[in-house]
Amino acid sequence: MLERIEQARKAIHAACEKVSRPIQVMEVCGTHTVSIFRHGIRSLLPQHLKLLSGPGCPVCVTDQGYIDVVLELAQRDDTIIATYGDMIRVPGKGGSLESLHRSNIKVVLSTDDGLALAKKHPDKIVVFVAVGFETTTPPSAVVVADAAREGVENFCILSGHKLVVPAMKALLGAKNDKIDAFLSPGHVSVILGSDAYKPVVEEFKRPCVVAGFEGVQIMEGLARICEQLADGRAEIDSVYGAAVTPEGNKVAWKIITDMFEPCDGAWRGLGVIPGATMKLKDEYKQFDAMHRFGIKEVPTEEPAGCQCGQILCGLMDPPQCGLFGKKCTPDTPVGPCMVSTEGACSAWYKYSS
Amino acid sequence: MEDNKKIMMAHGGGGRLMGELIQKTIVPKFGDGQSVQLNDSATVDVPAGKLCFTTDSFVVKPLFFNGGDIGKLAVAGTVNDLAVAGAKPLALSLSLILEEGLELDVLEQVLESIGNTAKAANVNIVTGDTKVVETGSADGIYINTSGVGVLADHAVSSFDRIKPGDCVLVNGNIGDHGMTIMSQREGLKFDTPLKSDCACLHELTEMLYAEFGDRVKFMRDPTRGGLAATLNEVAQSAGVNVELTETSLPINKTVQTAADMLGFDLLNIANEGKVLAVVSADVANKAIELWKSHPLGQNAAMIGTVSETDSPLVELVTKIGGRRIVQTPYGRELPRIC
Amino acid sequence: MCLAVPARIIEKDGDKAVADAMGNKWNIRITLTPDIEVGDVVLIHAGYAITKIDEEEARKTWELFEEIAHFEQERLKAEQAGEED
Repeated sequence: MLERIEQARKAIHAACEKVSRPIQVMEVCGTHTVSIFRHGIRSLLPQHLKLLSGPGCPVCVTDQGYIDVVLELAQRDDTIIATYGDMIRVPGKGGSLESLHRSNIKVVLSTDDGLALAKKHPDKIVVFVAVGFETTTPPSAVVVADAAREGVENFCILSGHKLVVPAMKALLGAKNDKIDAFLSPGHVSVILGSDAYKPVVEEFKRPCVVAGFEGVQIMEGLARICEQLADGRAEIDSVYGAAVTPEGNKVAWKIITDMFEPCDGAWRGLGVIPGATMKLKDEYKQFDAMHRFGIKEVPTEEPAGCQCGQILCGLMDPPQCGLFGKKCTPDTPVGPCMVSTEGACSAWYKYSS
Repeated sequence: MEDNKKIMMAHGGGGRLMGELIQKTIVPKFGDGQSVQLNDSATVDVPAGKLCFTTDSFVVKPLFFNGGDIGKLAVAGTVNDLAVAGAKPLALSLSLILEEGLELDVLEQVLESIGNTAKAANVNIVTGDTKVVETGSADGIYINTSGVGVLADHAVSSFDRIKPGDCVLVNGNIGDHGMTIMSQREGLKFDTPLKSDCACLHELTEMLYAEFGDRVKFMRDPTRGGLAATLNEVAQSAGVNVELTETSLPINKTVQTAADMLGFDLLNIANEGKVLAVVSADVANKAIELWKSHPLGQNAAMIGTVSETDSPLVELVTKIGGRRIVQTPYGRELPRIC
Repeated sequence: MCLAVPARIIEKDGDKAVADAMGNKWNIRITLTPDIEVGDVVLIHAGYAITKIDEEEARKTWELFEEIAHFEQERLKAEQAGEED
């Protein structure tokens, strides 16, 4: 395995030499962010190849307004909040789930656990904090279908599910010639299929290479990206053939589209991205927490001075943000780049101090 | 004792019920068959030397887990704090906070465990206290143990003795305890063969101190916060860099996979039967061999080295040859999906 | 959004299955992968199997796969040794 790492490393260095200008590769998956950190990938790369942590995980893209709605619901006496562990420390204006210190907040590992809670506590309304990209949307779709079929009326979800490809396009469209290529998320691609990145490749001419999360996978994925850039190509490619097909998991995708539809929604640090958030279809509105609790819309105010949008796109470095290290620190994070423990600002703060 | 199968508020009230609980249920589990007085205070014969004193509280949930229970933890934890300091444990105190409604059977099991662990560690419980709190508090049982021991002459464990060139050793697989507890928490239950490594480590520590004396610079049991917390403390307090090699970390594959499933980093996960030792380079290999001769040291390994620095850090050389920093953990590990 | 671990299906019952990941047994749903059979290796995310894994491809590209294979061999050996006692 070490030989393959070495081969990939050499290939990356050789290709980067050919390109001879700074290269920025963005990954849009929290699990990639963490894996890149855990394996120490950056320390193996040439100086002028920069890895950007894009808006890639529920922790960093869920905006304050959504969290504030969850916090409000958590403070009712008739609710139980069921959430994946990732969301416990994400801050809204009113603090985080952790800072509420309430016993009705339960960390669960699956949507099934959320539904089980509802069955166990018929006197409470269970609100499932439904965040995540296309990998995590199918379980939410299934649980709503289950709740409907089984008539579990005291269960609902607050959907913050997001779509990766519209976000990638928005990043490139809005601002940005700084992103040279994408390391595409392995497990989102399991659901979507690697062909899903065609719009990014064809419209914006950026290479998209799908990779898994082992060190070898990431290195080999980066090698393929750098080789494409060196050759002036922009193609879809994948080193994760063991799990990813061009067309994806059609069963999962059908389940998603049966239950959800795209809508406009706010992404932390990036504002509203059209058609990049998912909401439950009207026929399932009784399982939609927004409808259940009469919440008209999720407020989408961005914290003043937050430059995460620029940083996420690689247009600015963390120290250039006025909040960095002052109002915004790992213990008191404001924007996604600091909220996520391996986000750009969080990483910069820890390693430069 | 009345025919009660559960703890009542009166059991903590200082009256008849409490007296009976102590004499008939608690005390018989301790001592070596001789009549033991568990009074409010105890007199202990202390050999000449420096007294080492430690205290720890135990609030683990669930109370019983594969490989141990809160009772075993409560004794081992305090014995270990004395042992890593180089002190032979002399005596322990046992303070129980019981939840009203706790099944007497459960209490007896925990006490049995306390007694057995103390016996195996050759240390006596000499004094104690019992309180009962209302239903809804204390998760069944909370325990505090405090312990005294006498520092052996040949043992001086301290941060400032750690020098560049020293080696970091551990006696076996990391993360077993924390992952076992995690896997048995309500809501996170999955069926695993995971087992806590909870154990008294005094024989392991004494081995090193006796054989290598002042070549042993420092020892600590990496409990909450795992190796990451302890090694960051070492780095900061001793003003050194600690470099770990991922491939040399002893890890059980089933434990690793359980951690992968929940998104945990085993360096941050609690151990209850592990010692981290910092020793001079010239005795490192011999120390490993010595530990390997003991049942609790079968997977002992050298996992890192200490070096000079201006800005103390703990670094990990990853299994793909990269480098990254090992931070002090936040203090709460949460399962991830991302 | 992407934490997923490979595991082998050891039991299947309708929409549900039990998957074994290096000795850890997980109760999962196979709603998203209805064609899965006992013996298949799947990727599990948030309690659901999201795809079957192509083992041959995995052997070539995944370090973890060698470990899984090795682990299963060791376990088989241990079981056989136990049976011979």
